[in-house]
Amino acid sequence: MTNIAPLKIRAKDVKVFYGDNEALHGISMDVYQNEVISFIGPSGCGKSTFLRCMNRMNDTIENCRVTGSIALDGRDVYEPSLDVVQLRAQVGMVFQKPNPFPKSIYENIAYGPRLHGLAERKADLDDIVESSLRRAGLWNEVKDRLDQPGTGLSGGQQQRLCIARSIAVSPEVILMDEPCSALDPIATSIIEELIDELKQNFTIVIVTHNMQQAARVSDRTAFFHLGNLIEIGNTNDVFTNPQQKRTEDYITGRYG
Amino acid sequence: MSNLSLIVVLLVLLALGYQFGTRRSRSIATVNPNLRMHSRPHHYGMMVGLWAVLPAFFILLLWLWLSPAVINAMMISALPTDISAQSTEQLRVVTQRINNLANNFGVVADAAPWELQAAEHFRQLKANSALVLTALIAVIAAVGMLFGLLKITPALKARHQVERVVKSLLVLCSTVAILTTIGIVLSMVGETLKFFSYIPPTEFFFGTTWNPRFSTVGVGEQGSFGLVPLLAGTMMISAIAMLVAIPLGLMVAVYLAEYAPYRLRNIAKPAIEVLAGIPTIVYGFFALVTVGPFLRDLGNTFGLTISATSALTAGVVMGIMIIPFISSLSDDIITQVPKTMRDGSLGLGATKSETIIKVVLPAALPGIVGAVLLAASRAIGETMIVVLAAGNSPALTANPFEAVSTVTVTIVNQLTGDNDFSSPQSLVAFALGLTLFVITLLLNVMALVIVRKYREQYE
Repeated sequence: MTNIAPLKIRAKDVKVFYGDNEALHGISMDVYQNEVISFIGPSGCGKSTFLRCMNRMNDTIENCRVTGSIALDGRDVYEPSLDVVQLRAQVGMVFQKPNPFPKSIYENIAYGPRLHGLAERKADLDDIVESSLRRAGLWNEVKDRLDQPGTGLSGGQQQRLCIARSIAVSPEVILMDEPCSALDPIATSIIEELIDELKQNFTIVIVTHNMQQAARVSDRTAFFHLGNLIEIGNTNDVFTNPQQKRTEDYITGRYG
Repeated sequence: MSNLSLIVVLLVLLALGYQFGTRRSRSIATVNPNLRMHSRPHHYGMMVGLWAVLPAFFILLLWLWLSPAVINAMMISALPTDISAQSTEQLRVVTQRINNLANNFGVVADAAPWELQAAEHFRQLKANSALVLTALIAVIAAVGMLFGLLKITPALKARHQVERVVKSLLVLCSTVAILTTIGIVLSMVGETLKFFSYIPPTEFFFGTTWNPRFSTVGVGEQGSFGLVPLLAGTMMISAIAMLVAIPLGLMVAVYLAEYAPYRLRNIAKPAIEVLAGIPTIVYGFFALVTVGPFLRDLGNTFGLTISATSALTAGVVMGIMIIPFISSLSDDIITQVPKTMRDGSLGLGATKSETIIKVVLPAALPGIVGAVLLAASRAIGETMIVVLAAGNSPALTANPFEAVSTVTVTIVNQLTGDNDFSSPQSLVAFALGLTLFVITLLLNVMALVIVRKYREQYE
């Protein structure tokens, strides 16, 4: 991946506090448009915390405080005048555990577009549902049972449903927080292929515990450790020729 | 020995058997170090204790059940022939007199010599019976304990036996609870059937007039026993109560579960639950003295005629009473909706209120319906508030500002004061109670089914 692509997100000296406890010690990084960037690192290193700063999902956690700046297309997402609802429509999120709503498959997808008034007529909504499901590679599996509950799908299908759900509101960035950690290898590989396709239209930030996955899907990789960003670079470089001792130790399985 | 001291002795035997059994199993284990004992020492101990006590206890129960009849028969057979040849009815009187004499309770008129003699005989029989029982229990307990001790071998599965006994004990306990319910229903069914022998069920269930008169008037002058006005009153008051409690309770629940800071929630939730702990009679005062006059005055300012004691008064106060049923249960259910579900919605750019209305509440809906139904069955069965505040006027009306009466109030009315429990005026209370029981039972069953369905959803 080249660094010629336009800048999408620029984080500068981001610190996160849970109460008095500093969980992130000043993270700065750039994310470019239409790249897949993966965050790796041992548990508790702050990669998920940093991810959740990007669409301010940390707001839902009591006594969590963020300093520094995260600019999306040049605009700080923590600036008071910014509407967090708009931000989250721009920066979608897929979670660790598939979390479809206890509604029908159709309603799961239609939920976001309805909220944001993206469809005026039923036919428009039908189109959005179909195209979202197609892009998530789920259409052929569910087109005959759109009225069945989304919770009745298999784990991998549920996760693709959640991806389709976030695609449906046409975000620019999709954040994925260990999207495959609850899935079997086959479902995982389907999602990985999907990520590769989604790259055409979206910028994707993915947190993963699986280093092979990071190597397979991402253009660039960032290694976090104990709340610090240790190394960031092209995935190939990070995995074959890490600059930092700690990165090398982690990748070669010496800890973590 | 008295029966109570016999039971104490049995408990002591249980402890002794436990000790002996534990020791014996230990000594067997030390004598044969190569053999592994199947169970732990305390299992053997418990088994020996149970062998000592259980058979003896069953004999005790059997004895207590059968011996009075036997003693009575023996006493009667010893009476002079002209007296024992009397009818059973007269014999019962005689037995009662002798019984009283034997217990030194005293009887009307002087006791005849043969009566004193019989009383003495009766006392003797009872003393003998107690003596025989004590001896019998002692022998059986000793044999049982010995049997248990001799049974102990490394291969004996004492744990299985003890656990089987414990399991049957648990079954017995739950059976008691269920049998009580069945007993209550059966007792009501019996009386209800008696009532229906006076008044046909169609007249009771579909009659629109409630005017039972008094039992002293006599059976020829029966009043009318129409359930409809009472049921209508009950339903109206419950509906008003639910209209008050559902919105308030739900909003309280949403606030507590979604918006309230952690500390406030910890204080507010128990504080609201206090409402459910206030005695209902106190709510009755409150309705009668404060809410009723307030509603009447409020009605006056709007040109409405509201009686101080009316369906509205009772319903509003009852609604306040059941707020905690709805708010507490719903709060628990809303909190149980997984956080990932909220995150999913928020992550799509939904606001907090959109998330609550469109995702959290629908997900919690079955549970909330269950909570509402439980609260409704509570409202329908509620008595003291309506006794004081509903006005007790069993007329069929659709106007909530008028006084009404309910099923529960009527039961109270029919069963207080001088009663002849064979008159329809009293028996109707059982028919009313049974009707109420069936209604609340159905509501509870519905609530349980719905809540259970909900539970499976996230597992």
